[in-house]
Amino acid sequence: MSDIRKELKYLSSHEWARVEEDGTVTIGITDHAQDALGDVVYVETPEVGSRVAIGEEAGVVESVKAASDIYSLVSGEVVAVNETLQDAPETVNSSPYDDGWFFRVKPDDLAELDEAMDAAEYRELIESED
Amino acid sequence: MGNKTALYATHQAMGGKLVDFGGWDMPLHYGSQIEEHHKVRQTAGMFDVSHMTVVDVTGSQAKAYLQYLLANDVAKLDGNLGKALYSGMLNHEGGVIDDLIVYNLGDWYRVVVNCSTREKDLAWMNKIAADFTVTLTERPELAMIAVQGPNAIRIASSVVTAERAAIIADLKVFQGLPAGDWFIGRTGYTGEDGLEIMLPNEQAPAFWQALADAGIAPCGLGARDTLRLEAGMNLYGHEMDETVSPLAANMGWTIAWQPLERNFIGRPVLEAQKAAGNSHKLVGLVLRERGVLRAEQVVSIEGCEEKGVITSGTFSPSLGYSIALARVPRSIGSHCQVEMRGKQVTVEVVAPNFVRHGKALI
Repeated sequence: MSDIRKELKYLSSHEWARVEEDGTVTIGITDHAQDALGDVVYVETPEVGSRVAIGEEAGVVESVKAASDIYSLVSGEVVAVNETLQDAPETVNSSPYDDGWFFRVKPDDLAELDEAMDAAEYRELIESED
Repeated sequence: MGNKTALYATHQAMGGKLVDFGGWDMPLHYGSQIEEHHKVRQTAGMFDVSHMTVVDVTGSQAKAYLQYLLANDVAKLDGNLGKALYSGMLNHEGGVIDDLIVYNLGDWYRVVVNCSTREKDLAWMNKIAADFTVTLTERPELAMIAVQGPNAIRIASSVVTAERAAIIADLKVFQGLPAGDWFIGRTGYTGEDGLEIMLPNEQAPAFWQALADAGIAPCGLGARDTLRLEAGMNLYGHEMDETVSPLAANMGWTIAWQPLERNFIGRPVLEAQKAAGNSHKLVGLVLRERGVLRAEQVVSIEGCEEKGVITSGTFSPSLGYSIALARVPRSIGSHCQVEMRGKQVTVEVVAPNFVRHGKALI
């Protein structure tokens, strides 16, 4: 059974977003996504200082099985990326919601997150996929 | 729901992630396919390969039948009890219906073919058998467990009867012999030493458990694929199929051209291809930077209009970067371009053989 965190927002492409105390938004991929991908071997994150936009490719995750584009749930400036993933991409498998986060964005408009799915909607989506 | 091997419940109980594989519910991994891969290279792992199809060939013309059916020549096994031979089974157009292993068991032979090709293989084998005095007997009552890795034989020997351990101790590489109601072969699909053990379905769960208790890691078909790819071994449906000549699939060594008077299915076409100089060959590709080569990516070579194609590609856990097998025009040099996610990436061309017995070959 996939771990789905109540406090997070989700995309149908299996990214999650968490609003931090300082108002930035952290992005990663879900437990369901890492399980479906299998062992992650490379992660390509956007560069700090670059801009990401909703609906545009922000990075790539490659596993033993497939390559998959990563999308942001909000538009804005990238303020941090998870350097750990360069040397230890398997962190995405072991800790998708915590140590395995991808990048952090200073959002232009936090209200964009309202468009994303909540935990209940995301659960419904992955259950309908199974 | 697909077919289930005798070990299905065992895989579930051990946490295997079960997926469809050629109509069978098989474990992809038990947590991490990369960790399972390393276990096999470094110590020992085991695979449920009960989905493979075992066919015994008996009758007075068993040898003559296989000499016509297969591109390799079972006469090479004469006088060598238990010795195995790898061969392609070709159609009249010289394409590969399947690749298989055949064991010489005195006055009969045991053939192991792939699972995803079972029905067409059996139909073809039966069709050709109509002209020979032979009987084909499928053996679905046998499970098959592959135990692979540098410590595989030692550990497996410790959990079988003394009689079976004695048989294992005398087995040469690529030899398999009956051991009571079991059959034990020193064969595999990983590039490591090891055994493939066929045994009655009802005995399989207890044996699997005994191997696990002795420290052999259960491994899924995910690790089996990365291991065979590192070892440069073909996978049916990827490196070859009915439209691909064995000469374009690194299987030239499996074609027994001598004796000239042996007529086997596909021979005239292969001889014509050989005389004309076959246009394609199978090579290895290496990408030392980030990114993973994948099957079906297009390969371009300088000064050559014709394209090649990646037949299998993966991240190599042993090497730490991506490797692939590709069918390409013969004129390929030391480098080529692969279209990866919309970009042309330069990769290195090597012999289709990357890792054997735990050691990098490139």
